[in-house]
Amino acid sequence: MTLVMAGAISHAPGITGREKMAPEDKKTRYYDACYRFRDHLWDQKPDALVLVSAEHFGNFFMDKMPTFCIGLADDYQGPIETEEFLNIPKTTIPGAPELARRIADVAMQEVDLGYSQEWSFDHGFMVPLAFLTPKWDLPIIPLNINCQVPPLAPLQRCHALGKALRKAIDAQPERIALIGCGGISHWPATPDSGKINEEWDRAFLEDFVANKTDRLLRYSNDEIYRDAGPGGQEVRTFITVAGAVEGHGGELWCYEAIPIFAVGCTVVNMDVAA
Amino acid sequence: MSVYYLDKLMYQLNRDPMVQARYKEDREALLEEYRLTDEERQAVLDEDIGKLYSLGNQPQLLMHFAALVGYAWMDYIEAMRVGAEKYGEPQYQR
Repeated sequence: MTLVMAGAISHAPGITGREKMAPEDKKTRYYDACYRFRDHLWDQKPDALVLVSAEHFGNFFMDKMPTFCIGLADDYQGPIETEEFLNIPKTTIPGAPELARRIADVAMQEVDLGYSQEWSFDHGFMVPLAFLTPKWDLPIIPLNINCQVPPLAPLQRCHALGKALRKAIDAQPERIALIGCGGISHWPATPDSGKINEEWDRAFLEDFVANKTDRLLRYSNDEIYRDAGPGGQEVRTFITVAGAVEGHGGELWCYEAIPIFAVGCTVVNMDVAA
Repeated sequence: MSVYYLDKLMYQLNRDPMVQARYKEDREALLEEYRLTDEERQAVLDEDIGKLYSLGNQPQLLMHFAALVGYAWMDYIEAMRVGAEKYGEPQYQR
């Protein structure tokens, strides 16, 4: 087995961009959890990180929208957003094209992946990476799930994606980490920005940490939209990770509802035992 | 479906410095290239964030347009709230 680490982390732009506007105690608890997650990642001596996220029309738009898209590029640029908006300087992020291709070849036995050779990351990828790989020195394999505009992948297909990725990762000799990043309930960039359904979040996280497949897959898109907002559709990134570690749970390292960050900020470490 | 072209304008404005330059030089000429309704076109010319929000412009794109035309974050949130009250809540494809 070569999956050496799995988990989930939030990606909202306010986490870095509006850092100074947040209550100090909540922000510090969340940041500390992110640093702990970073240290845990590096302790596994990973060769590459597969980062499953949901970008927001940075590269993938309704003219040609892939449901699942894996990055095969030599490197990636980011962030798309200005440094003033995100508080992350423009940089180049190394890719892992040859490994990504091997993973895609195995995963595509079971799920259909689009692919991309040219990709500039928005906050969906940059915010978690700013915490996890602050020196931008770990090869990244990005995988985007369309969580923005329907038709969206059914939750069970995201779970199947996770299982296919696990099989593909375990078939490689490299040491690979898999992290999902998205929001739980949130209403990003809308008049309800800052609204957080903490009760919904905690129920979802309880099922995620226990990795109860039936519970995680029970939501309809309309239920998610009603209770967890448009940003809630990003639970697909969490569900992909749940699929990859099916049969194993994890541990909630942090949940802090921080309205100025516009999301319940989360770090979950999952057990990768085979 | 015409909100698609409004979203496309915002997508290209957000991603392409050339489109941003053209927007600053001659907005009317740029807008000719998108199949916008009269109402959408006017809302862009007016840089009316509340109206654009009400028309169903994707907020993840609109927030960057708002920043481009000088809105601070809290002013952007307030403009959408006022727009939804004045012109109605947006209706998205589900």
